[in-house]
This record gives sequence, C-alpha cells and structure tokens, in this order.
Amino acid sequence: MADLPPPVQGPTAKEKKYDRQLRLWGATGQRALEESHILLINSGPGVVGLETLKNLVLPGIGSFTIQDSAVVSEADLGINFFLEEDHLGGFRAQHTCNLLKELNPDVQGNFITEPIETFLDQPNALKPYSLIIVAAPTRPELLSKLSVHATSSLVPLFYIHSVGFYSHFSVHVAPAFPIVDTHPNPETTTDLRLVSPWPELIQFTAEKTNGLEAMSNDDHGHVPYVCLLLHYLEEWKKEHGGQVPQNYKEKTAFRNIVSKAARTNLPEGVEENYDEAVAAVLKSLNPPEPSSAVKEVFKAKECLVLSEDTSSFWIIAHAIQMFYTKHNVLPLPGSVPDMKARSADYIQLQNVYKSKARKDLGEVLESVRYLEKNLKRDTVIPERDVEAFCKNAAHIKLVRGRPFHVVQAGESIKWDDRAKSIAQTLTFPDSLIPLYIAFLAFDEFVATHNKDGLRGAPKVPGETDPEADSEKVTGIAFKIIDDLLKEAGTFVEEPDYSDVKTQTGEFVQELVRAGGAELHNIAALTGGLVSQEIIKVITEQYIPVDNTCIFDGVKSKSAVIRV
Amino acid sequence: MAEAAGSGLPNGGESQRSRWKYLDNILNRRGPFTDPEWQPGEAVIEGLSRAKILGAGGLGCEILKNLALSGFKDIHVIDMDTIDVSNLNRQFLFRHADVGKYKAEVAAKFVEKRVKGVKITPYCGKIQDKDEDYYMQFAMIVCGLDSIEARRWINATLVGMVDDENPDSMKPLIDGGTEGFKGQARVIFPTMTSCIECQLDMHAPRAAVPLCTLATIPRQPQHCIEWAHIIAWEEERKEITLDTDDPEHITWLYQKALKRAQEFNIPGVTYSMTQGVVKNIIPAIASTNAIVAASCCNEAYKIATNTNPFLGFPETDNYMMYTGDESIYTYTFQHMKKPDCPVCGNLARPLQVNPNSTLHEFLESLAERPEAQLKKPTIRTEEKSLYYQFPPSLEEQTRPNLPKKLNELVSDGEEVAIDDPAFQVQFKYKLVFQK
Repeated sequence: MADLPPPVQGPTAKEKKYDRQLRLWGATGQRALEESHILLINSGPGVVGLETLKNLVLPGIGSFTIQDSAVVSEADLGINFFLEEDHLGGFRAQHTCNLLKELNPDVQGNFITEPIETFLDQPNALKPYSLIIVAAPTRPELLSKLSVHATSSLVPLFYIHSVGFYSHFSVHVAPAFPIVDTHPNPETTTDLRLVSPWPELIQFTAEKTNGLEAMSNDDHGHVPYVCLLLHYLEEWKKEHGGQVPQNYKEKTAFRNIVSKAARTNLPEGVEENYDEAVAAVLKSLNPPEPSSAVKEVFKAKECLVLSEDTSSFWIIAHAIQMFYTKHNVLPLPGSVPDMKARSADYIQLQNVYKSKARKDLGEVLESVRYLEKNLKRDTVIPERDVEAFCKNAAHIKLVRGRPFHVVQAGESIKWDDRAKSIAQTLTFPDSLIPLYIAFLAFDEFVATHNKDGLRGAPKVPGETDPEADSEKVTGIAFKIIDDLLKEAGTFVEEPDYSDVKTQTGEFVQELVRAGGAELHNIAALTGGLVSQEIIKVITEQYIPVDNTCIFDGVKSKSAVIRV
Repeated sequence: MAEAAGSGLPNGGESQRSRWKYLDNILNRRGPFTDPEWQPGEAVIEGLSRAKILGAGGLGCEILKNLALSGFKDIHVIDMDTIDVSNLNRQFLFRHADVGKYKAEVAAKFVEKRVKGVKITPYCGKIQDKDEDYYMQFAMIVCGLDSIEARRWINATLVGMVDDENPDSMKPLIDGGTEGFKGQARVIFPTMTSCIECQLDMHAPRAAVPLCTLATIPRQPQHCIEWAHIIAWEEERKEITLDTDDPEHITWLYQKALKRAQEFNIPGVTYSMTQGVVKNIIPAIASTNAIVAASCCNEAYKIATNTNPFLGFPETDNYMMYTGDESIYTYTFQHMKKPDCPVCGNLARPLQVNPNSTLHEFLESLAERPEAQLKKPTIRTEEKSLYYQFPPSLEEQTRPNLPKKLNELVSDGEEVAIDDPAFQVQFKYKLVFQK
C-alpha cells in the first residue's frame, strides 16, 4: 500500500444508515427532508396516515406532529401497528407518536390531543408545519380551512382516503411548483448535437477519422461512434445539398451506409463501435427540440415578467429562454454516454462536450447576473443552481398545483376547466374516475351525517346499515355524474351511460361494504404511495402526482387524474 | 350485501373479536365482486386464522406486519441475513442495537409482542435448506427475495411439488421485488399460470463490461473500480478473501481504482461508488417496499379469504408492475405461461447459434441470455455428455470439448439439455445453426 494515497475518511454513521436512499436523492434531498416538519391530522381508524409517517420517519424527516383526539380502542389494536394493549383508553396521538419515534432517534415527534375544531381556531396553529396530511373522514369546513391555508401560505396539503379495498389521495401544491432535478432516465437524455456540431467537435472528428479507410483494424475498431456518425454525415451532406437525413426513409438509408462501412471477417467478429453507431442513428439525428413541458415553462407568465421577488427558478428559466431565443437550442448538457473507444480519445471527447457545456453555462450565467442586477435582488443565485438547471434544461417540469375538491353538503362539485376531459374519460374501459366519484359521494354522505347530533363525530356510510347507506351514496354519486356531464356540456349515449352507472354503483357498494374500515394492506400500500409523493415534494426531485391518485385493491390497478 | 349471522371465533367469542371489528366488516359481508357461491362469516374467519403462511426475504418486515394485521395467526419466516446498519432506513422492526443479529429472529419476536395472538416461527437460514415436506405445510408463500437465484429455486420447487392427485400440493407463490422507486408484485399458481421462470426475461441481467475494456481501455469510473475488484485484487491480494463488508477492503479497492482513474484522467471515482459497484448495491427505500409488500399481502389476504377476486386466477391478470419516479404508474396484466418454459413447460426452445463458436463461448453466452442466466451450466445431448461442471472426474473427462466448435459436437437442430446446480431447472434447447 506504500504507493497509495493516505487512508480516506470512510462514510459517516449517517451516510451508512441512509446509504440506500442517498443513492436516489443525494445529500441535498436528505437535507431538505431533515428540515421538514410534517403535520398529520388523523381521524377514522387512523392507519393510513401513520403508515405514511412511518415511511417518512425511517428516511429521516426533521419532525412530525400528530393531531388526533381519539382514544385508543380495542379495534385500533387489530389494525394499527403503532399501538399496544397497554395503550387502551389512552390518547391515540400520544401513543402512536411514541412508537413512531422509536423508528429513528434522529426524528422529533410531537402530538396534539386537542380536537381539530378548536386546534384550528387558534391563530397561527398551522404555522410550524412545512407540509400537512389530512386523513378522511373529516368535516368539509375543516378541510376548506386547510385548503385556504395551503393556497395562502403555499404549504403542500395531502388529503387521503383508505376505505376497504380502495384508496385515494389528492395533492395541493403551490400554483407554480417547478422541479429541476427530475431524474430522467439516462437512456432518454443523451443529447449529442450531431446535426449541429460546433467547431471543436468538428475538429476532433476530423482528427479521429483522418484516413479512416486506411486505418489498422485496431484503430478502425476504436473510433468513437460519435465521430463515425459525424464523419458519415459529412459525406451524406455533400450528396444531399448540405442536409442531414430528414425522414425515416433517409435515416434508414444513412444507417445502411454506416452499417456497410463496418469491417467484417475480423477475428473478433464484429466492430462494436460500428454496432453502436448503427444503433444510435435513429435517435441521434433529430434536431434537439425542447419538450412541450419546457416550452410551457418559457411561456409561463412568471417566466416572461420578472420582478424583484421572483424566485430563482424563474430568473434562470428566463435566462435560458433568452439563450434558446438566440441559439434555437437549449444549453448543452455536456454528458457523453459510454462507448467503445480508447481511454484517451474518450476522455478527450468528453472534454469537448464539457467545455461546450461550460461555455453555454457561462452565457446563461451572464444573463442571470444581468437580470439580478436589473431586478435589484440582494441575494445572488448560486452558480451550481444555474449549472444544474442548464444540465437538465430539457427535462425540467412545472406542476401547476391547485385546490382539490372539498365536498360541501348540498353543493354540487365544480370541475371547471377539467369538466370536459374528465367527462370524456369517464366511460373509458377500466376508468377509475367512477371510483373517484364514489369517494366524492362518500364525502358528501359524511358531510351530511353525524354520529350524535350536530358537530358530533362524522358518520361514515356502512357502519351499521350497509344496504341503506349504499343506496344513499349511489344516489349521490349518480347526481355527481349527471352534474359533471351537464357542466361539461356533453352527454353519454346508451349503453355507455348505464354501464358507467353500474360501475359506479359497484364501486360505491364495495366502498360502503367496509363501513369506514381500513384494511391494513391497503392502508400500508397507500401510506407507501403518499410518503413517496411527500418525499418528492419536499426534496423537489422526481415528478410528483398531479394531482389525484386512485388505487383499486380489488383489481390491483391505479390511476392518476388531474381534478 | 347481507350481514352473516354470528361472527364469533370458535375459541374466543364475541369479546375477542372486537379487536377485529374493521376486518370483520369485510369478512362478514358480501361485496359486488365476491363470488355468488361465497359464504361470508365464521368459516372464512376460521380459515384465515388457521392458514399457515410463509414469508421470506428483504421485504420481510413489511410482510410480517401486514399478514399479522390481516388476521393470519400462524406465520413462518425464513431469512438468512443478519441486520446491517444500512437496513435501518426501511426495515422498521430493527434498531441500532440489533445490528448483527438474525433478521428472522428479531422480526418474529417484535411482531409477536406487538400483535397479540399471532404466532411467528422464524428460521434463520436459506430457503434452499428446506425440503418439499417443509413447504407442503403452508397454504401459500409470500416472498420478497432479493436474488433471482432464490426466486428461481423456490419457483422450481413449488412447481415440482404439484401433484395432480392432491389439490393441496399446489401452493400459490406471491412474489414482490423492488429497485429504487420501481417494483413489482405477482401471483403464481404453480403449473396453472405463468411462473417466475416464464417471466425471467422481464428481469434481464445488466450487460457486463468486457474484460478487455477493464484491462486496457477504461473510460468510466466504474471501469476503474471493476478493474480493482476483478483484476488488481487477484494480482496483489490473492491470499486474502475479499469481504465487501470490510471497510479496509473497500478502502483498498477505492484507492486502487482512484489511482488508476488518475492515470487515465477519468474523474468521478468515490468511496460510495466503489461500494455500490463492488457490492452491486440496489437503492432501496421504505416507501417502495411498503407499496410492493402491501400489494403482495393484499393478494394473499384475498386468496385466503375470497373476499374479492385476486391476481393469478387463471386467465386473468397476474402481474402488477409499479413505477413511482415519474408520477405514479402501475401496469397490471396477464403474463402468459410459456409452453417451452424449462420449469413449467416441456417443449425445447429453439436457439440460434453460430456453428463456428466454441462450446466454451456458447456456455459463457448462457450467463447473459435474459431467459437463461446460467453461471455454471452442464450440457449434454441425448447421446453424449458435452460438458459437466461436477464431479471433478467428469469435468476432466469432458473438458477437452470446450475448445471444440459447436458443429463438431452437435448437428443442426439437435436438442440439448442444460442444467445448473444453482437452480432446479433443466433447459431444453434446440440448437439451430445460423446460416
């Protein structure tokens, strides 16, 4: 070991514990989790919210708080993993909080046993929390309050149902929720700019393909495929008026040219670099066009009109949009996939791409600094943020958060701009929109039924009389469907109309059969889904659900819809 | 949706059932999708509490919790692993103080203590330690195994156990697996539906980097790490057995890789990457594990109670694929049984081969074929033995065949049988010569 550098600092205890997740969201994602404080407003059997928290305590959020005024009953012990026999008669919030805290000593846990109604009446009651989860059933006026809070303070709000074999959750994030670090699939992100090479790349190719035909087999088999493609493209352009292959037919013809140029009858069989070149033709000869999602960001009003309190995302987006307007391409990401090549050639090629990416970044950075100055911002956007944006510019994503439905007794549901599209997909085979409607009808039943008089605990359908309640909820669901069709200004022909009603009726029946009960498996599965979405929202990485997810545990199918 | 009368347990009575109030709503009531013949109530409840069920593998914590809170009372668990600190971010039954102890034992004790009335029997060892008699006692098997080898073994064992005369010999296999934000849950009714071997090409192995790249033209930091791992260690520390859990060993590999990377101007070698490459670390998070394990247990519960249709019923969906990195996406479908499956089918599978390649090259290629993935194959035709890995005497006798070309050993269209001691599988291939 004499010739080796001195021993390295191994991973820290924290890095060891979180190793398997740090490989996904990295140190920045982890830091964001550790700074979060999540509030769970629990009710009903109360399992899904706790299963959600379990999957957030394990990866190490900063703190959580459970609001729950329920007292532990015998039935809780049969379904809730975070309660024990000794806790019977005690506060559910307290005991579930304590057992959850055992999962990770790095996480702070708190509980509130005060009823939700009075808790929410306190000024600033929600101020400490960076994200709020509400488990159904809940009173509509309380859910409305939370929805207003989510809108005004931009705190993400999650609303969850887990009833029998079915579940649903909706997410309300800020009206502009941008994500830079979307973690696109590396295979779909290669951007080699073969149709518009820059001078340094042309120069490099000329060097590496000089005398290609006369090269020794060993040299010929090690020319990087990027250079091979550029070389044959040059030849093609000479015969096609300076144009690269334009359509599928031309690309196939070009591919044949490359394929035929490979040497055969070699001892090792085939030339891997030519194989790679042939395989890359169809996907690498498209001019790099920004996706519709990126164009949407460029056209957003936040991007067009900047002000001094504009967030750094929009300032960088504006600078990149300026770059795009000028060059008609996005800044070069600068990464090169692995390919058959000699080490030094590959590293040199990597550096050609990297320097171009740095040059593009420099230009964007200059615009950012100019904009900052003009806007008189007092904080400087870190260069690494601009760099991250440039690297992933083709894959940034903007989620337009909006309030989800809060069912109010006696009021019909408003679908607004979504009415037409939802009405159209209502009758698709295997559509889960009828199940979403069944959940809305469930909420309307809750909004209009009390266990014991006014402001008592909410009563859910099917607790005592599943048949009668099923009939009631089905009636509500049918009305929601008719209102939807009316709002969309459309109608559904027979037999589709009857089919949708039959399906909806079956979903309602199955929902009411549970009598408000959670099944542990469905609660655990849904808790998994919700916690995953919360992690995405907190870390601002990957792409979150927009904005409603439905799970059918009878058929083991899910759907995501925007409402 | 009629209420069934009497929901008491034979040995408990109404008072003890109050704990299962929520579960009983489902067990005591028909639903719109339950079979018309299905009788809710006492018999279903009793069947559920009597069903002996086996859980195994890395999703074990979730599986045990879910089964215990689904009303199963007699649960067995197999796991050969001991607890590592890197498990604590998701395997929620383990604490820092448990590091080094057997997972099966700690998990069983924890769930038994937490959920009263459930009996959990741990076995700390490999699933391969157990024989058919052992597996025969269970109503079904729920697996969250982390290796393809173990999955193929249990699958082949359960398919082999099916006796047409004895309906009890068919044990449903429910399998879950995860990788980062992705996963799958599937149900197999051995011999009746597509089995794990039929589905093997859904999990293609990653293409290995050619040795010559590692040895002469590295380009990526991973190439330098693989070089340190495969080549440098053999050359310089042959006398020491590499232990990928020993920080000194990883540090040595890291420093070797770093030095090589510097020689070739390759950036990016880190300690964490070295660990990842050498140990083939797959990212794993609590949320995906929760989703996949719960989906498996949901199917187990439906199969045990018939409270709703389940995956794996012949001619219906049997596979749910899950992706959670870009929004949420599931694809639930029926994977078709393959008539030429080496485990549950009996037809030879045609395979195009280059008649000029050697037997050795052909055997090497089997490791990378997505539907085979065999590392130590033994091969014979109906008439002669071409190559045997074991025993040493046969190996020596058949070794001279390795450099021979295929067309010297078999005729075009001839059938060969290939075994691998790691799996109870025999592959039948019909070797078709490329023209």
